[in-house]
Amino acid sequence: MPSTLLWAVDVYGRAYRLSTAGQQWEHCRDAHLEFKRVTAALQCCWSIACDHNIYLCVHGSEVPIRFREETYENQRWNPVDGFSDRLLPSDRWQWSDVTGLQHQPLDSFQPPSENWEWEADWYVDENFGGEPTEKGGWTYAIDFPATYTKDKKWNSCVRRRRWLRYRRYKSQDTWAKIPLEQTGSLPDPFNDISCGGWEITEEPRGRISLWAVSLQGRVWFRDGIVHFNPEGSVWEEVPTPGEVVQISCGPADLLWGVLWEGQFLVREGITRDCPKGTTWVVVESPSPEVGAIHVAVGVNVVWAVTKDHKVWFRRGVNSHNPCGSGWIGMVGEMLMINVGLNDQVWGISCEDRAVHFRQGVTVSELSGKAWKAVSVPRDSERSHSSASASSLQSAGCFFGGEVRLQSQTSDLSDVDSETEKAAAERVLPSSDADEAPKKRIPKVTSDSFISELVSDREGQIGQRTLTQATSIPEEECAEGDTEGKDKAATNVLHSSSQSGSPDPQWSNVDLEEAQTHLTVGTGGDPAADTCSLSSVVTYNLGTEEPYGSDDHPLWAWVSGGGCYIDSHSQLPWFNSTGLASSMQAMSLSITPAQTAAWRKQIFEQLSERSKREMENFRHYEQAIEQSVWVKKGSMQWWRDWKPHKWLDVQFALEQFSGSEGNKDGILFIYYTFNDEKKYLHAFINEVTILVPVLNNTKHTFAIYTPERTKQRWPIRLAAATELEMYDWLALLSLSCCDSRGIQSPPSKQAIWSVTCKGDIFVSEPTPGLEASPYPTPCDQMFWCQVGGHLRIVECNSLGVVWGIGYDHTAWVHTGGYGGGFFQGLASSTDNIYTQTDVKTVYIYENQRWNPVTGYTNKGLPTDRYMWSDASGLKECTKSNTKPPSPHWSWVSDWAIDYGVSGGTDREGWQYAADFPASYHGHKTLKDFVRRRRWARKCKLTTTGPWQEVPPIPLSDVTILPCGPKTTMEQVPLWAISSKGDVLCRLGVSSLTPAGTSWLHVGTDQPFKSVSIGGVYQVWAVARDGSTFYRGAVSSQNPAGDCWYHIPSPAAQKLKQVSVGRTSVYAVDENGNLWYRHGVTPSYPQGSLWEHISNNVRKVSVGPLDQVWIIADKVQGSHSLSCGTVCRRLGVQPLEPKGQSWDYGIGGGWDHITVRGNALEAPRILMPSLTDSGNSRVMPHGLQPPEMNGNTVGH
Amino acid sequence: MADDKDVLRDVWFGRIPACFMLYPDEVTEREAEPFYLLLPRISYLTLVTDKVKKHFLKVLKAEDVEEMWFEYEGTPLKWHYPIGVLFDLHASNTALPWSITVHFKHFPDRDLLRCSSSVVIEAHFMSTVKEADAFKHKSQVINDMQKKDHKQLWMGLQNDKFDQFWAINRKLMEYPTEEGGFRYIPFRIYQTLSDRPFIQKPFRPVSSEGHAHTLGDLLKEMCPAAVCQDDDPKKYQVVIHGIEPLFETPIQWLSEHLSYPDNFLHICIIPAPND
Repeated sequence: MPSTLLWAVDVYGRAYRLSTAGQQWEHCRDAHLEFKRVTAALQCCWSIACDHNIYLCVHGSEVPIRFREETYENQRWNPVDGFSDRLLPSDRWQWSDVTGLQHQPLDSFQPPSENWEWEADWYVDENFGGEPTEKGGWTYAIDFPATYTKDKKWNSCVRRRRWLRYRRYKSQDTWAKIPLEQTGSLPDPFNDISCGGWEITEEPRGRISLWAVSLQGRVWFRDGIVHFNPEGSVWEEVPTPGEVVQISCGPADLLWGVLWEGQFLVREGITRDCPKGTTWVVVESPSPEVGAIHVAVGVNVVWAVTKDHKVWFRRGVNSHNPCGSGWIGMVGEMLMINVGLNDQVWGISCEDRAVHFRQGVTVSELSGKAWKAVSVPRDSERSHSSASASSLQSAGCFFGGEVRLQSQTSDLSDVDSETEKAAAERVLPSSDADEAPKKRIPKVTSDSFISELVSDREGQIGQRTLTQATSIPEEECAEGDTEGKDKAATNVLHSSSQSGSPDPQWSNVDLEEAQTHLTVGTGGDPAADTCSLSSVVTYNLGTEEPYGSDDHPLWAWVSGGGCYIDSHSQLPWFNSTGLASSMQAMSLSITPAQTAAWRKQIFEQLSERSKREMENFRHYEQAIEQSVWVKKGSMQWWRDWKPHKWLDVQFALEQFSGSEGNKDGILFIYYTFNDEKKYLHAFINEVTILVPVLNNTKHTFAIYTPERTKQRWPIRLAAATELEMYDWLALLSLSCCDSRGIQSPPSKQAIWSVTCKGDIFVSEPTPGLEASPYPTPCDQMFWCQVGGHLRIVECNSLGVVWGIGYDHTAWVHTGGYGGGFFQGLASSTDNIYTQTDVKTVYIYENQRWNPVTGYTNKGLPTDRYMWSDASGLKECTKSNTKPPSPHWSWVSDWAIDYGVSGGTDREGWQYAADFPASYHGHKTLKDFVRRRRWARKCKLTTTGPWQEVPPIPLSDVTILPCGPKTTMEQVPLWAISSKGDVLCRLGVSSLTPAGTSWLHVGTDQPFKSVSIGGVYQVWAVARDGSTFYRGAVSSQNPAGDCWYHIPSPAAQKLKQVSVGRTSVYAVDENGNLWYRHGVTPSYPQGSLWEHISNNVRKVSVGPLDQVWIIADKVQGSHSLSCGTVCRRLGVQPLEPKGQSWDYGIGGGWDHITVRGNALEAPRILMPSLTDSGNSRVMPHGLQPPEMNGNTVGH
Repeated sequence: MADDKDVLRDVWFGRIPACFMLYPDEVTEREAEPFYLLLPRISYLTLVTDKVKKHFLKVLKAEDVEEMWFEYEGTPLKWHYPIGVLFDLHASNTALPWSITVHFKHFPDRDLLRCSSSVVIEAHFMSTVKEADAFKHKSQVINDMQKKDHKQLWMGLQNDKFDQFWAINRKLMEYPTEEGGFRYIPFRIYQTLSDRPFIQKPFRPVSSEGHAHTLGDLLKEMCPAAVCQDDDPKKYQVVIHGIEPLFETPIQWLSEHLSYPDNFLHICIIPAPND
C-alpha cells in the first residue's frame, strides 16, 4: 500500500496533511486560505474555507483527468451536391449527439469551470469499431438512424462522422474553488461537509457522495461527482425533519447527522441506485440530559461525542441496520472524532487539542483499544520556533480580517499582500513593546459548541469594518471597534431570528466573543447578511491562556477519509524518537544497512579468516565424514494408473554430498500394490519444477521431470497439513537448487512465468536454450519458484523486472529470491517484502420464468443449479463458495455485479431465451431465463522479492528488450493503466528499476496491451481490438509523437501484442497467433498479418526474436494440459516465423516472458555431431553467463 | 551482493587446522606420529576427535589409556566450549596449525568435565540451546518443538549437515517484527585473564528508547575495559568466530548470524597483540 494522507486543520485554519509514511505534518502552503473543515477521500480532499466557499484539492496524478467531448457531424446525399450539410427538414441537426436528438455544434462546448482546459482542438475520429476508416472518418448508412458502416455503398444516403475533443482537469494538487454559479442558488453558507460513499459501487469510477450542512441547518447533496467530473455538477437539497448541525458520511452506505436538539438523524435506503438515500430515522442521544454534538461514521461503525465531550460507540451498526442497537461509553474526552478507511478512528482531544489515533481497531474489535496521541512536528516547526511570535502575529492578523476571495480576484492583487504586510507590520510594534508578547491566536472553532474552549476579552480584537463597496478589505486588525462589534452582533441576532430557532448557544459565541469574522460577499449577495453567523471566529488569547503558552499544535478538525491504515501497518507517528520510528528505520533502511561498514567488515573478515585458516590446509582430513541424510514422511500419492486414486505412501528424500561439496539426492515413493511393496523414484537433479497445488480439500504439489512433462502427468503428492507440504516443498526446492548449483537471485537473463494461481516461477536459460538448429528442449528447463503473487511479469536483459497483481498493483523485483513459503535458507533476507493481492470470486444466481409466479428460483429438472459457477455445472451458493485456497480470506460481502458484459438491468439481471445462451441486459418477450452475477473479493497476504510501484494500477507492462552487453541510462518501459491509459515510465535503469514517474501518452480510447521492441518500436492494442503503432519513439523522445492505426487481421480482434528485436507477433481473441509481415526499418508498421497458429493464449517475443507462447491445449502421452509453455522451433534471422513448436512446462500456466534472455547460442559449426541431448554441455571457451555479478556455470 | 545467508554458511563451514600431538610423557610402544585434522569451529572437541583417539590408541598400551583430554600450552581445553571459542580464546594470533597436546592420563578433574560419550555432549548442547531460547523467547519456541526437531538440531551438528540443522534452527531465530528482536540476547563473554568462566546476563537487543543496541553497547555494559577510548592504544581484541566485528554492529544481527549452533553468541576478549 502506498502511503496515504491524514488531513487536519489547526485552530488557525491552516490545513495540514500527514503521510502514513511521514513523520511531520506538512502544511498545504499553496493556498493563502484558511479552512474550517476538511473531509478527505483517497483521491481528493474537500474543504470549507473561511470564505464559506467549498474548495476541492484533487491529488495530482501522472495520469491526467481527461474528459472526451464528442459530437457528430451529419450529412445527407443529394444528386446536386453529393454529400452535403443540406439535410431534410425531418432530419437531425447537422451537428448532434449520437442519438441525433441534441443539437451540438462545436462551439456549444465550454469547459464546465475554470479548472478545466482544452487539450487540443477538435478533430475527426477515424477509428470505427477498431477498424481504420477512410480519411475524413465518415461512416455511411441508408438513413438516420440506422446501422453505419465504414464503406460507402450504392444506397448510402446519409453519412456522419464523429468529432472529438479532450478537456483536462488542470487544478490538481491545489485548492480549486467550486464555481460560484453552482453554489449560487444556495441561500446560506455551509457549516459542515463530509464525503464518502465510494464503496457503494465501483461504477462509475471515482463516484463520491458529498454531503453538506448549511448554517441554517439544511442538508445538501452534491450530485455527479465521479472521476471524470471531480467537482460534481449540482447541489440538491435533501429535506430533513429538523435542523442539522453536523453530518458524517461513511465510505459505504452509512450517513448520520446531528440535530440542533442533540439527537441523531440516520439516513436509510442509501444504495447504488439511490446514493442520496430515502428516509431519515431519528436516534436518541446516548445520554438523555446531554445532547450529542458530533458524529462520525465508517463502514460498520458509528462514533459520537456528546456536549460534555464524552465519546460513545454505537453497537450493532451495519449496512442492514444503519441505526445500530445501543451506545457504549468510551474512555477519553474528545472535541470531535473522525472515522477513516478501514473504520480507523481519529479524534481531537478535549484536553490538549492533540490529534489522537485509536489503536487496535480491527475487524473483530471495531471499538479499538486505546487513544494514542499523534506526536509528530509540523514541517514549519523549526523555523517557526525562532520566529514564533511574529508568525503567530501575522497569522492572526492575516486571519483576523481578511479572506482572500479568489472568486472575485482570481489572481491575488498586489494590494492584497501589501495590505496584509502593512497590517502585520502595524501589529508587530505593539507586541514588541510588550516584553512577553501576547499571542493573538485566532481560532477556527469547528462549531459554536466548542466555543467554550477559548474566550478572552482582553487584548486586541481583530475586527474588520465591513465595506460593501469593495471586495478587498481596506483595513485590518484595527483596535476594538465597538461600532463594528455591535454591528456584527446585530447581524447575528438578526440572522438567528431569521433562522427561526434562536439557540442560545449559537448566538452566544458570536455575541460574547463578538470578534466576528465576516465574509466578504458580493454586493447584494444574501450571504453577506448571514455571514456573521459564521462559526469562524477570531479570538484573542491572553498569556494566561493555557493554549497560548503551549507550543504543540492545536487542532480543530481531522479527516481520515483518505488515510489507509490496516492492523499490521506500522505508523511512524508516535514518539518520533521512539521505538516505532527506529523500528521503521531498521526495517526500511535496507540499502544503507546493506552497505553499512559493520556488515562489510564482517563479510570481508569472514572471507579473510577462511583464507587464513583453511587455504593452506585443504589437504587435511575433515573431522566429520560426510554421510547420507534421509528425510522421511507419510504422504498420499495420486496413482499413475487407472483407476486413479490417492494412495497412502511413504516418501523419502535421500541426500548425499558429492566430493566437490555439491549435493544430490533421490526421491523415493514407497507404496504397496497387490500386497507387494514397490517404489517409484526420481533423481533430484532431474526434477524440473515443484508446483504447489493448494485447494480447500488437499495440500498437494506436483513434481515434474522432463519425462513427466512429456507425459503431461506429474508425480502428484498430498501432505497431511499445509505446513508439512511447505516444509517438504522448501526442502525439495533447496535440494533441487543445490544439485544444480543455483543459490543466488535470478539472473538478468532469467525467463519468468506465472501460473493461473498467481505463483511465480523463474528459469535460468542455458546458452543452448536458443541454439539453432538443436536447442535444449524446453521440457528440460528447471523452474524455481519465487515468492509473491502476480498475474503478469515482464523483464528485460538489464535486470529490470516488473509484475502486476490481480488487483492491478504494479510491483518491481527487488533483486532477491525466495519469500512466500521459502523461509530460512531458500530465501534472501534483505529484499523480501509483504505483498498483498485481491481478486474477485464470482457466482451466478439463475432463475427461470413461469407463467404463474414469474421468475423464481425453481428451475426445470434439467436446468443448471440455481446458484452456480459461470458454466452452470457446479453448484456455488453464497455460503458454500470458499476463497480459492486457505491463503485467501474474504474481505467483502457478496454483492451484485453490474459490470457484466452484455449489460444488466437495475437489479443486475441478464436475460436469455434459455441456459446457456447469450445474455442481454433487458427483458424481452422471448426470454425465459435470467441470471445475475454476484461478486465477492478475497485477499491474500504473502511475501516476496517485490516492492510496490504506487500509485497507478496497471493492466499491462512492457520493457525494451536489448542485447546482453547493452548499457542504458534510461530503460524504456511502457504500461497500460487499469483504466486503459497508455503510460511511459521515466527514470528506469538497472539500478533504479522502479523508475521515477509516469509520462501519460494521449490516446482516443482505452488500451489493453502494449509492447516495445528493438529500436523503440512500440505497438499497442486498444480495448476495441484496434492496433496501433507509435511513431517516432526514441531515447530523446521516450513517448513518441503519434499513433498509426494498423488494420486488424480479417474479422479478428487482437488482444495482445509482443515485439522482439524485429519480429511483431499478436494474439487475437479467438486464440490465433499472427506474425506481422513486411516490418522494415523504413516501414516499421509492416504490411499484413500472417496466421501462424491457433490455440494460443499469450505470446512473448524476445530480444533474439525467439517466440514463446502459452498454448491453450497440449496433448501429452498420458494427459492433456491447458496453459502450456511452448517455444517456436526453427526461428532464424531469415526465417522469423519458425517451423514448429517445442512443448515445455504446463498446464496451468498463464504468462511467460523471455524478454530477458539475450544469450546468443554458441555457433555450432558441425550440427551433425551435436545431438540435442548433449546441448546442455557448455562448449569450451565460452564465457559463463553473468548472474547479477556472480558467474554461473552449468 | 553478498547475502546475510552467506554469513551463516561461512560460520558453519569455518574450519581450524589442528595438529594433535601425544603428550611426551605418555608411554608408547612406538613413536606417535602427530595427527592433522580440520576441526569445525562450531563443534565440540570430544565430538570430532574419534579419529584422533583411534590414531593414538594404535601406539598405546590398553592399560595406559584413561579418558582422553586435550591441552594447549599448559591450559586444559574445556570440551564443552565450542572449538572456535577455545581457539579464539587461547590460540588466536599464533601460527597454524593449532598444536594440541593429547593426554590419556591424569585427567584434570578440577578443570574439565568428564565426557564419557556423545550422549553427554548432546545433553550439554541441548541444555545450552534451551537456555538460549529461555533468553530469546521465554523457552516458547524450543518447548513447542517436537522431540524429533530437537534430534534434528543435534544430528545436524553431529553430522555437519548445515541444511538439516538450519531447517529447524531458523525457528529459533524468529522474533515478532514489531519487537525488533529477541527478548534478550543469549551471549557469553569470555576473558582469558578472568577468574570467572564467562559473563552472561540478560541484555535486550533494543534500548528502551527504541534504538538498536550494538556490540559496543553490550561491551560497555558488561565489560567496559574491552572498549578502549579513541586515543588509547587498543588493549583488547573482541573476537567472534575468528573475526573482530565493528562495535557499531547491531547485537540482534550478530545474535542471528554469528551465534554458535547452541544459539549463544560467544564473544572472546583477548589481549591485543603487541606488534
